[in-house]
Amino acid sequence: MEAVKEQKNVSRGIDIESMQRGPRVTLDNETLCLQVKDFNLFYGDKQALHNINMQIPKNRVTAFIGPSGCGKSTLLRCFNRMNDLIESVRMEGQLLLDDMEINSPSVNVADLRRQVGMVFQKPNPFPKSIYENVAYGLRLQGVNDRSTLDKVVEKSLKGAALWDEVKDRLHESAMGMSGGQQQRLVIARAIAIEPEVLLLDEPASALDPLSTLKIEELIYELKEKYTIVIVTHNMQQAARVSDYTAFMYMGELIEFGATDELFTNPSKKQTEDYITGRYG
Amino acid sequence: MVTTTSQHISQQFENELQDIRSRVLAMGGLVEQQVHSAMEALIKGDADIAREVIANDEDVNLMEVSIDEECIQIIALRQPTAGDLRLVSGILKTITDLERIGDESVRIAKMALNLSEKDRPKHNYRELQAMGNHVRGMLRDALDAFARFDVDMALRVAKEDREVDAEYEAILRQLMTYMMEDNRAVTRVIDMMWSARSLERIGDHANNICEHIIYLVEGKDVRHLSIEKAEQVIKGQVIE
Repeated sequence: MEAVKEQKNVSRGIDIESMQRGPRVTLDNETLCLQVKDFNLFYGDKQALHNINMQIPKNRVTAFIGPSGCGKSTLLRCFNRMNDLIESVRMEGQLLLDDMEINSPSVNVADLRRQVGMVFQKPNPFPKSIYENVAYGLRLQGVNDRSTLDKVVEKSLKGAALWDEVKDRLHESAMGMSGGQQQRLVIARAIAIEPEVLLLDEPASALDPLSTLKIEELIYELKEKYTIVIVTHNMQQAARVSDYTAFMYMGELIEFGATDELFTNPSKKQTEDYITGRYG
Repeated sequence: MVTTTSQHISQQFENELQDIRSRVLAMGGLVEQQVHSAMEALIKGDADIAREVIANDEDVNLMEVSIDEECIQIIALRQPTAGDLRLVSGILKTITDLERIGDESVRIAKMALNLSEKDRPKHNYRELQAMGNHVRGMLRDALDAFARFDVDMALRVAKEDREVDAEYEAILRQLMTYMMEDNRAVTRVIDMMWSARSLERIGDHANNICEHIIYLVEGKDVRHLSIEKAEQVIKGQVIE
Protein backbone atom coordinates (compact mmCIF):
# COMPACT_ATOMS: atom_id res chain seq x y z
CA MET A 1 0.00 0.00 0.00
CA GLU A 2 2.74 2.45 1.03
CA ALA A 3 4.71 1.55 -2.05
CA VAL A 4 1.73 2.23 -4.27
CA LYS A 5 1.20 5.58 -2.60
CA GLU A 6 4.83 6.48 -2.96
CA GLN A 7 4.93 5.55 -6.60
CA LYS A 8 1.82 7.60 -7.29
CA ASN A 9 3.37 10.66 -5.70
CA VAL A 10 6.66 10.23 -7.46
CA SER A 11 4.98 9.86 -10.82
CA ARG A 12 3.06 13.07 -10.22
CA GLY A 13 6.26 14.82 -9.20
CA ILE A 14 4.79 15.81 -5.85
CA ASP A 15 6.74 15.59 -2.62
CA ILE A 16 3.88 15.01 -0.18
CA GLU A 17 6.28 14.48 2.73
CA SER A 18 7.40 18.09 2.56
CA MET A 19 3.86 19.44 2.81
CA GLN A 20 3.42 19.02 6.52
CA ARG A 21 1.50 21.38 8.72
CA GLY A 22 3.32 23.48 11.30
CA PRO A 23 6.61 25.37 11.39
CA ARG A 24 9.43 24.39 9.06
CA VAL A 25 12.10 24.35 11.76
CA THR A 26 12.24 23.27 15.37
CA LEU A 27 14.99 23.60 17.96
CA ASP A 28 14.83 19.86 18.66
CA ASN A 29 16.66 19.09 15.43
CA GLU A 30 19.33 21.77 15.70
CA THR A 31 22.94 21.83 16.81
CA LEU A 32 23.35 24.64 19.29
CA CYS A 33 25.94 27.36 18.78
CA LEU A 34 25.31 30.01 21.41
CA GLN A 35 23.62 29.39 24.73
CA VAL A 36 22.46 31.95 27.25
CA LYS A 37 21.69 30.59 30.71
CA ASP A 38 20.07 32.52 33.57
CA PHE A 39 21.77 35.64 32.31
CA ASN A 40 21.49 39.02 34.04
CA LEU A 41 23.24 42.24 33.11
CA PHE A 42 23.45 45.49 35.05
CA TYR A 43 24.62 48.94 34.03
CA GLY A 44 25.57 50.20 37.49
CA ASP A 45 22.41 49.77 39.58
CA LYS A 46 20.13 49.52 36.61
CA GLN A 47 19.33 45.99 35.45
CA ALA A 48 19.27 45.86 31.63
CA LEU A 49 18.77 42.11 31.09
CA HIS A 50 16.59 39.95 33.29
CA ASN A 51 17.20 36.25 33.59
CA ILE A 52 17.60 35.49 29.89
CA ASN A 53 17.59 31.87 28.75
CA MET A 54 18.08 31.26 25.05
CA GLN A 55 19.55 28.73 22.68
CA ILE A 56 20.79 29.89 19.30
CA PRO A 57 21.20 27.12 16.73
CA LYS A 58 24.14 26.68 14.41
CA ASN A 59 23.97 27.72 10.75
CA ARG A 60 20.66 29.45 11.24
CA VAL A 61 19.66 33.08 11.29
CA THR A 62 18.24 34.23 14.60
CA ALA A 63 16.64 37.67 14.77
CA PHE A 64 16.23 39.77 17.91
CA ILE A 65 13.29 42.13 17.76
CA GLY A 66 11.78 44.48 20.29
CA PRO A 67 11.25 48.18 20.97
CA SER A 68 14.19 50.54 21.54
CA GLY A 69 15.86 49.98 24.88
CA CYS A 70 14.58 46.43 25.30
CA GLY A 71 18.10 45.03 25.63
CA LYS A 72 18.49 43.30 22.27
CA SER A 73 21.67 45.15 21.30
CA THR A 74 23.03 44.76 24.81
CA LEU A 75 22.56 41.01 24.58
CA LEU A 76 24.04 40.88 21.09
CA ARG A 77 27.11 42.79 22.26
CA CYS A 78 27.65 40.26 25.05
CA PHE A 79 28.41 37.55 22.51
CA ASN A 80 31.73 39.11 21.61
CA ARG A 81 32.29 40.95 24.86
CA MET A 82 31.79 44.42 23.48
CA ASN A 83 30.38 45.34 26.88
CA ASP A 84 33.81 44.81 28.46
CA LEU A 85 34.60 48.35 27.37
CA ILE A 86 31.87 49.80 29.56
CA GLU A 87 33.11 50.06 33.12
CA SER A 88 29.92 49.91 35.13
CA VAL A 89 28.73 46.67 33.51
CA ARG A 90 28.19 43.65 35.73
CA MET A 91 27.00 40.26 34.50
CA GLU A 92 25.60 37.11 36.09
CA GLY A 93 24.89 33.74 34.55
CA GLN A 94 26.41 31.88 31.64
CA LEU A 95 27.13 32.64 28.01
CA LEU A 96 28.43 29.70 26.00
CA LEU A 97 29.88 29.59 22.51
CA ASP A 98 29.80 25.88 21.74
CA ASP A 99 31.28 24.64 25.04
CA MET A 100 33.38 27.68 25.77
CA GLU A 101 32.42 30.08 28.52
CA ILE A 102 32.52 33.48 26.78
CA ASN A 103 33.05 35.52 29.95
CA SER A 104 35.71 33.26 31.42
CA PRO A 105 38.92 35.14 32.33
CA SER A 106 40.92 32.56 30.38
CA VAL A 107 39.28 33.56 27.10
CA ASN A 108 41.43 35.75 24.87
CA VAL A 109 39.07 38.51 23.76
CA ALA A 110 40.87 39.03 20.45
CA ASP A 111 40.49 35.32 19.68
CA LEU A 112 36.85 35.44 20.70
CA ARG A 113 36.17 38.35 18.36
CA ARG A 114 37.87 36.47 15.57
CA GLN A 115 35.34 33.70 16.11
CA VAL A 116 32.45 36.07 16.63
CA GLY A 117 32.45 38.86 14.06
CA MET A 118 30.28 41.94 14.27
CA VAL A 119 28.75 44.39 11.80
CA PHE A 120 27.18 47.63 12.99
CA GLN A 121 24.34 49.84 11.90
CA LYS A 122 26.49 52.42 10.18
CA PRO A 123 29.07 51.00 7.79
CA ASN A 124 32.49 51.67 9.24
CA PRO A 125 35.09 50.95 6.56
CA PHE A 126 38.65 51.97 7.35
CA PRO A 127 40.00 54.93 5.39
CA LYS A 128 42.04 52.57 3.25
CA SER A 129 41.64 50.86 -0.08
CA ILE A 130 38.90 48.28 -0.63
CA TYR A 131 41.58 45.57 -0.77
CA GLU A 132 43.26 46.64 2.46
CA ASN A 133 39.96 46.83 4.29
CA VAL A 134 39.30 43.15 3.61
CA ALA A 135 42.93 42.10 4.15
CA TYR A 136 43.17 44.01 7.43
CA GLY A 137 42.22 41.18 9.75
CA LEU A 138 44.68 38.78 8.15
CA ARG A 139 47.49 41.33 8.24
CA LEU A 140 46.80 41.72 11.97
CA GLN A 141 47.30 37.99 12.30
CA GLY A 142 50.62 38.38 10.54
CA VAL A 143 49.60 37.05 7.13
CA ASN A 144 51.41 39.09 4.51
CA ASP A 145 51.80 36.60 1.69
CA ARG A 146 50.49 38.33 -1.39
CA SER A 147 48.88 35.35 -3.10
CA THR A 148 47.15 34.22 0.11
CA LEU A 149 45.80 37.70 0.67
CA ASP A 150 44.65 37.96 -2.96
CA LYS A 151 42.76 34.71 -2.62
CA VAL A 152 41.11 35.63 0.66
CA VAL A 153 40.14 39.11 -0.55
CA GLU A 154 38.54 37.71 -3.68
CA LYS A 155 36.75 34.95 -1.79
CA SER A 156 35.44 37.31 0.89
CA LEU A 157 34.26 39.93 -1.56
CA LYS A 158 32.52 37.20 -3.55
CA GLY A 159 31.02 35.91 -0.30
CA ALA A 160 29.69 39.37 0.42
CA ALA A 161 28.28 39.64 -3.12
CA LEU A 162 30.50 42.63 -3.84
CA TRP A 163 33.23 41.22 -6.06
CA ASP A 164 31.69 42.00 -9.43
CA GLU A 165 31.08 45.60 -8.46
CA VAL A 166 34.58 46.35 -7.18
CA LYS A 167 36.98 43.93 -8.84
CA ASP A 168 38.32 46.65 -11.16
CA ARG A 169 38.93 49.18 -8.41
CA LEU A 170 40.24 47.14 -5.50
CA HIS A 171 42.93 49.68 -4.72
CA GLU A 172 40.67 52.70 -4.67
CA SER A 173 39.53 54.11 -1.35
CA ALA A 174 36.62 52.37 0.34
CA MET A 175 35.28 55.75 1.36
CA GLY A 176 34.11 56.39 -2.21
CA MET A 177 31.66 53.47 -2.19
CA SER A 178 27.93 53.78 -1.69
CA GLY A 179 26.46 53.04 1.73
CA GLY A 180 25.15 49.66 0.63
CA GLN A 181 28.51 48.72 -0.85
CA GLN A 182 30.33 49.89 2.28
CA GLN A 183 28.09 47.72 4.43
CA ARG A 184 28.80 44.69 2.26
CA LEU A 185 32.51 45.56 2.40
CA VAL A 186 32.32 45.52 6.18
CA ILE A 187 30.67 42.10 6.00
CA ALA A 188 33.44 40.95 3.63
CA ARG A 189 35.97 42.20 6.17
CA ALA A 190 34.20 40.28 8.90
CA ILE A 191 34.08 37.00 6.98
CA ALA A 192 37.67 37.28 5.70
CA ILE A 193 38.89 35.88 9.01
CA GLU A 194 36.32 33.08 8.83
CA PRO A 195 34.42 33.57 12.05
CA GLU A 196 31.96 31.04 13.40
CA VAL A 197 29.30 33.57 14.29
CA LEU A 198 28.31 36.85 12.65
CA LEU A 199 26.54 39.42 14.79
CA LEU A 200 24.65 42.00 12.77
CA ASP A 201 23.35 45.05 14.61
CA GLU A 202 20.76 46.75 12.38
CA PRO A 203 22.90 46.04 9.30
CA ALA A 204 20.44 47.47 6.79
CA SER A 205 18.73 50.29 8.65
CA ALA A 206 20.80 53.02 6.97
CA LEU A 207 20.42 51.56 3.48
CA ASP A 208 18.00 52.06 0.60
CA PRO A 209 15.53 49.27 -0.25
CA LEU A 210 17.67 47.73 -3.02
CA SER A 211 20.83 47.59 -0.92
CA THR A 212 18.70 46.22 1.90
CA LEU A 213 17.51 43.40 -0.32
CA LYS A 214 21.11 42.67 -1.33
CA ILE A 215 22.13 42.44 2.31
CA GLU A 216 19.18 40.16 3.03
CA GLU A 217 20.06 37.95 0.09
CA LEU A 218 23.61 37.87 1.40
CA ILE A 219 22.44 36.85 4.87
CA TYR A 220 20.53 34.00 3.30
CA GLU A 221 23.68 32.77 1.55
CA LEU A 222 25.96 33.33 4.53
CA LYS A 223 24.01 31.07 6.85
CA GLU A 224 25.34 28.07 4.95
CA LYS A 225 28.66 28.74 6.63
CA TYR A 226 27.98 30.92 9.63
CA THR A 227 25.62 31.24 12.52
CA ILE A 228 24.01 34.65 12.20
CA VAL A 229 22.38 36.72 14.90
CA ILE A 230 20.70 39.89 13.69
CA VAL A 231 19.15 42.77 15.57
CA THR A 232 16.59 44.65 13.53
CA HIS A 233 13.82 47.17 13.97
CA ASN A 234 12.38 46.20 10.64
CA MET A 235 9.90 43.48 11.41
CA GLN A 236 9.36 42.44 7.82
CA GLN A 237 13.09 42.06 7.52
CA ALA A 238 13.24 39.85 10.59
CA ALA A 239 10.39 37.81 9.16
CA ARG A 240 12.09 37.47 5.78
CA VAL A 241 15.64 36.63 6.74
CA SER A 242 15.46 34.71 9.98
CA ASP A 243 14.72 31.12 10.90
CA TYR A 244 14.17 31.90 14.56
CA THR A 245 13.01 35.08 16.22
CA ALA A 246 13.43 36.29 19.78
CA PHE A 247 11.11 39.02 21.00
CA MET A 248 12.50 41.05 23.88
CA TYR A 249 10.76 43.66 25.98
CA MET A 250 12.08 45.69 28.93
CA GLY A 251 15.15 43.51 29.27
CA GLU A 252 13.27 40.24 29.25
CA LEU A 253 12.99 37.55 26.64
CA ILE A 254 9.25 37.33 26.06
CA GLU A 255 9.10 34.76 23.31
CA PHE A 256 11.53 32.70 21.26
CA GLY A 257 10.37 30.54 18.40
CA ALA A 258 10.42 29.56 14.75
CA THR A 259 9.94 32.76 12.74
CA ASP A 260 7.09 31.47 10.60
CA GLU A 261 5.19 30.52 13.74
CA LEU A 262 6.00 33.70 15.66
CA PHE A 263 4.82 35.99 12.89
CA THR A 264 1.59 34.14 12.13
CA ASN A 265 0.62 32.88 15.55
CA PRO A 266 2.68 34.24 18.44
CA SER A 267 1.95 32.58 21.76
CA LYS A 268 2.28 35.71 23.90
CA LYS A 269 -0.03 38.69 23.73
CA GLN A 270 2.88 41.12 24.17
CA THR A 271 4.52 39.69 21.06
CA GLU A 272 1.28 39.97 19.12
CA ASP A 273 0.81 43.59 20.21
CA TYR A 274 4.34 44.50 19.21
CA ILE A 275 4.47 42.87 15.80
CA THR A 276 1.01 44.05 14.81
CA GLY A 277 1.76 47.59 16.00
CA ARG A 278 -0.65 47.94 18.90
CA TYR A 279 -0.47 49.70 22.21
CA GLY A 280 1.03 47.31 24.72
CA MET B 1 -5.37 36.60 19.36
CA VAL B 2 -7.49 38.79 17.20
CA THR B 3 -9.88 39.27 20.06
CA THR B 4 -7.26 41.45 21.69
CA THR B 5 -8.70 44.69 22.98
CA SER B 6 -5.60 46.78 22.39
CA GLN B 7 -5.73 49.33 19.62
CA HIS B 8 -3.43 49.83 16.74
CA ILE B 9 -1.02 52.71 17.01
CA SER B 10 -2.20 53.55 13.51
CA GLN B 11 -5.86 54.51 13.90
CA GLN B 12 -6.23 54.44 10.13
CA PHE B 13 -5.19 50.78 9.99
CA GLU B 14 -7.55 50.01 12.86
CA ASN B 15 -10.39 51.60 10.89
CA GLU B 16 -9.53 49.66 7.75
CA LEU B 17 -9.66 46.35 9.63
CA GLN B 18 -12.94 47.30 11.29
CA ASP B 19 -14.31 48.27 7.91
CA ILE B 20 -13.58 44.96 6.16
CA ARG B 21 -15.00 43.09 9.14
CA SER B 22 -18.27 44.93 9.00
CA ARG B 23 -18.43 44.59 5.24
CA VAL B 24 -18.05 40.81 5.53
CA LEU B 25 -20.97 40.83 7.94
CA ALA B 26 -23.01 42.95 5.53
CA MET B 27 -22.21 40.53 2.71
CA GLY B 28 -23.12 37.64 5.01
CA GLY B 29 -26.45 39.28 5.76
CA LEU B 30 -27.20 39.65 2.08
CA VAL B 31 -26.25 36.03 1.35
CA GLU B 32 -28.39 34.81 4.23
CA GLN B 33 -31.30 36.75 2.77
CA GLN B 34 -30.62 35.14 -0.62
CA VAL B 35 -30.82 31.64 0.87
CA HIS B 36 -34.01 32.59 2.68
CA SER B 37 -35.66 34.03 -0.43
CA ALA B 38 -34.59 31.12 -2.63
CA MET B 39 -36.21 28.68 -0.22
CA GLU B 40 -39.33 30.84 -0.03
CA ALA B 41 -39.54 30.86 -3.82
CA LEU B 42 -39.18 27.07 -3.87
CA ILE B 43 -41.75 26.35 -1.16
CA LYS B 44 -44.33 28.88 -2.31
CA GLY B 45 -43.67 28.29 -6.00
CA ASP B 46 -43.20 32.05 -6.34
CA ALA B 47 -41.45 32.86 -9.63
CA ASP B 48 -41.10 36.57 -8.84
CA ILE B 49 -39.07 35.95 -5.70
CA ALA B 50 -36.95 33.44 -7.63
CA ARG B 51 -36.16 36.04 -10.31
CA GLU B 52 -35.28 38.55 -7.61
CA VAL B 53 -32.78 36.12 -6.08
CA ILE B 54 -31.16 35.57 -9.47
CA ALA B 55 -30.90 39.33 -10.05
CA ASN B 56 -29.49 40.02 -6.55
CA ASP B 57 -26.59 37.66 -7.11
CA GLU B 58 -24.87 40.50 -8.95
CA ASP B 59 -24.67 42.43 -5.66
CA VAL B 60 -23.16 39.46 -3.87
CA ASN B 61 -20.51 39.17 -6.58
CA LEU B 62 -19.75 42.89 -6.42
CA MET B 63 -19.30 42.73 -2.66
CA GLU B 64 -16.95 39.80 -2.98
CA VAL B 65 -14.78 41.63 -5.51
CA SER B 66 -14.69 44.84 -3.52
CA ILE B 67 -13.84 43.22 -0.17
CA ASP B 68 -11.23 41.16 -1.95
CA GLU B 69 -9.70 44.33 -3.34
CA GLU B 70 -9.65 45.99 0.04
CA CYS B 71 -7.89 42.98 1.62
CA ILE B 72 -5.22 43.06 -1.10
CA GLN B 73 -4.76 46.79 -0.45
CA ILE B 74 -4.25 46.13 3.25
CA ILE B 75 -1.71 43.39 2.56
CA ALA B 76 0.18 45.63 0.14
CA LEU B 77 0.17 48.77 2.25
CA ARG B 78 0.15 47.54 5.84
CA GLN B 79 1.94 44.19 5.70
CA PRO B 80 -0.25 42.77 8.45
CA THR B 81 1.24 40.16 10.79
CA ALA B 82 0.00 37.64 13.34
CA GLY B 83 -3.68 38.14 14.25
CA ASP B 84 -4.15 40.89 11.68
CA LEU B 85 -2.71 38.71 8.95
CA ARG B 86 -4.92 35.82 9.96
CA LEU B 87 -7.92 38.15 9.97
CA VAL B 88 -7.24 39.39 6.44
CA SER B 89 -6.51 35.93 5.03
CA GLY B 90 -9.50 34.49 6.90
CA ILE B 91 -11.71 37.15 5.35
CA LEU B 92 -10.36 36.46 1.88
CA LYS B 93 -11.40 32.83 2.25
CA THR B 94 -14.67 33.56 4.01
CA ILE B 95 -15.93 35.79 1.21
CA THR B 96 -15.18 33.08 -1.33
CA ASP B 97 -17.42 30.71 0.62
CA LEU B 98 -20.08 33.39 0.98
CA GLU B 99 -20.05 34.03 -2.74
CA ARG B 100 -20.44 30.31 -3.42
CA ILE B 101 -23.40 30.20 -1.04
CA GLY B 102 -24.82 33.01 -3.14
CA ASP B 103 -24.35 30.87 -6.26
CA GLU B 104 -26.10 27.92 -4.62
CA SER B 105 -29.02 30.20 -3.77
CA VAL B 106 -29.25 31.12 -7.44
CA ARG B 107 -29.30 27.42 -8.32
CA ILE B 108 -32.14 26.82 -5.91
CA ALA B 109 -33.97 29.85 -7.32
CA LYS B 110 -33.62 28.44 -10.84
CA MET B 111 -35.07 25.12 -9.67
CA ALA B 112 -37.85 27.10 -8.01
CA LEU B 113 -38.57 28.77 -11.34
CA ASN B 114 -38.82 25.36 -13.06
CA LEU B 115 -40.96 23.92 -10.31
CA SER B 116 -43.29 26.92 -10.18
CA GLU B 117 -44.64 25.86 -13.56
CA LYS B 118 -45.29 22.28 -12.47
CA ASP B 119 -47.87 20.57 -10.25
CA ARG B 120 -47.22 21.12 -6.56
CA PRO B 121 -46.83 17.94 -4.52
CA LYS B 122 -49.16 17.46 -1.55
CA HIS B 123 -46.46 17.67 1.10
CA ASN B 124 -45.22 20.91 -0.48
CA TYR B 125 -41.49 20.17 -0.26
CA ARG B 126 -41.65 19.84 3.51
CA GLU B 127 -38.39 17.91 3.79
CA LEU B 128 -36.49 20.49 1.73
CA GLN B 129 -37.95 23.22 3.88
CA ALA B 130 -36.64 21.57 7.04
CA MET B 131 -33.20 21.12 5.55
CA GLY B 132 -33.26 24.72 4.28
CA ASN B 133 -34.04 26.02 7.76
CA HIS B 134 -31.25 23.95 9.15
CA VAL B 135 -28.52 25.22 6.81
CA ARG B 136 -29.80 28.78 7.11
CA GLY B 137 -29.40 28.45 10.88
CA MET B 138 -25.86 27.17 10.36
CA LEU B 139 -25.03 30.13 8.14
CA ARG B 140 -26.51 32.62 10.60
CA ASP B 141 -24.59 31.09 13.51
CA ALA B 142 -21.38 31.01 11.47
CA LEU B 143 -21.77 34.74 10.79
CA ASP B 144 -22.49 35.35 14.47
CA ALA B 145 -19.38 33.39 15.38
CA PHE B 146 -17.44 35.57 12.94
CA ALA B 147 -18.84 38.78 14.42
CA ARG B 148 -17.88 37.72 17.94
CA PHE B 149 -14.77 35.68 17.07
CA ASP B 150 -16.43 32.87 18.98
CA VAL B 151 -14.54 29.61 18.52
CA ASP B 152 -16.94 27.48 20.59
CA MET B 153 -19.84 28.60 18.48
CA ALA B 154 -17.89 27.93 15.28
CA LEU B 155 -17.23 24.40 16.49
CA ARG B 156 -20.91 23.84 17.27
CA VAL B 157 -21.86 24.94 13.76
CA ALA B 158 -19.21 22.68 12.25
CA LYS B 159 -20.70 19.77 14.19
CA GLU B 160 -24.11 20.41 12.67
CA ASP B 161 -22.78 19.84 9.20
CA ARG B 162 -22.87 16.11 9.89
CA GLU B 163 -26.59 16.28 10.60
CA VAL B 164 -27.17 18.19 7.40
CA ASP B 165 -25.28 15.51 5.49
CA ALA B 166 -27.50 12.86 7.09
CA GLU B 167 -30.64 14.83 6.18
CA TYR B 168 -29.40 15.03 2.61
CA GLU B 169 -28.94 11.26 2.46
CA ALA B 170 -32.45 10.75 3.81
CA ILE B 171 -33.96 13.14 1.27
CA LEU B 172 -32.15 11.39 -1.58
CA ARG B 173 -33.55 8.03 -0.52
CA GLN B 174 -37.02 9.49 -0.26
CA LEU B 175 -36.77 11.14 -3.68
CA MET B 176 -35.65 7.87 -5.25
CA THR B 177 -38.76 6.23 -3.89
CA TYR B 178 -40.91 8.94 -5.45
CA MET B 179 -39.29 8.35 -8.81
CA MET B 180 -39.89 4.62 -8.62
CA GLU B 181 -43.50 5.10 -7.56
CA ASP B 182 -44.40 7.56 -10.28
CA ASN B 183 -42.18 8.00 -13.29
CA ARG B 184 -44.09 11.09 -14.44
CA ALA B 185 -42.61 12.85 -11.40
CA VAL B 186 -39.03 12.24 -12.49
CA THR B 187 -38.28 15.72 -13.88
CA ARG B 188 -39.75 17.38 -10.82
CA VAL B 189 -37.88 15.11 -8.46
CA ILE B 190 -34.61 15.78 -10.25
CA ASP B 191 -35.11 19.51 -9.68
CA MET B 192 -35.75 18.77 -6.01
CA MET B 193 -32.60 16.69 -5.91
CA TRP B 194 -30.53 19.56 -7.26
CA SER B 195 -32.04 21.84 -4.67
CA ALA B 196 -31.21 19.41 -1.87
CA ARG B 197 -27.71 19.16 -3.26
CA SER B 198 -27.35 22.96 -3.18
CA LEU B 199 -28.53 23.06 0.42
CA GLU B 200 -26.00 20.43 1.35
CA ARG B 201 -23.27 22.50 -0.31
CA ILE B 202 -24.38 25.59 1.63
CA GLY B 203 -23.89 23.56 4.81
CA ASP B 204 -20.37 22.69 3.66
CA HIS B 205 -19.56 26.34 2.96
CA ALA B 206 -20.89 27.38 6.38
CA ASN B 207 -18.64 24.70 7.83
CA ASN B 208 -15.67 26.12 5.90
CA ILE B 209 -16.40 29.60 7.24
CA CYS B 210 -16.25 28.16 10.75
CA GLU B 211 -12.84 26.66 10.00
CA HIS B 212 -11.64 30.06 8.82
CA ILE B 213 -12.92 31.61 12.06
CA ILE B 214 -11.09 29.04 14.16
CA TYR B 215 -7.90 29.77 12.21
CA LEU B 216 -8.18 33.51 12.46
CA VAL B 217 -8.89 33.45 16.20
CA GLU B 218 -6.70 30.60 17.38
CA GLY B 219 -4.11 30.39 14.61
CA LYS B 220 -4.85 26.68 14.33
CA ASP B 221 -5.64 25.05 11.05
CA VAL B 222 -8.40 22.49 11.53
CA ARG B 223 -9.29 21.95 7.89
CA HIS B 224 -9.75 18.33 6.83
CA LEU B 225 -9.77 17.12 10.43
CA SER B 226 -12.59 15.29 12.16
CA ILE B 227 -14.53 17.38 14.68
CA GLU B 228 -13.02 15.41 17.56
CA LYS B 229 -9.49 15.95 16.28
CA ALA B 230 -10.23 19.62 15.62
CA GLU B 231 -11.39 20.07 19.22
CA GLN B 232 -8.20 18.49 20.49
CA VAL B 233 -6.07 20.71 18.26
CA ILE B 234 -7.85 23.82 19.52
CA LYS B 235 -7.33 22.79 23.12
CA GLY B 236 -3.67 22.21 22.32
CA GLN B 237 -3.85 18.52 23.22
CA VAL B 238 -2.33 17.42 19.93
CA ILE B 239 -0.10 19.12 17.43
CA GLU B 240 -1.85 19.43 14.08
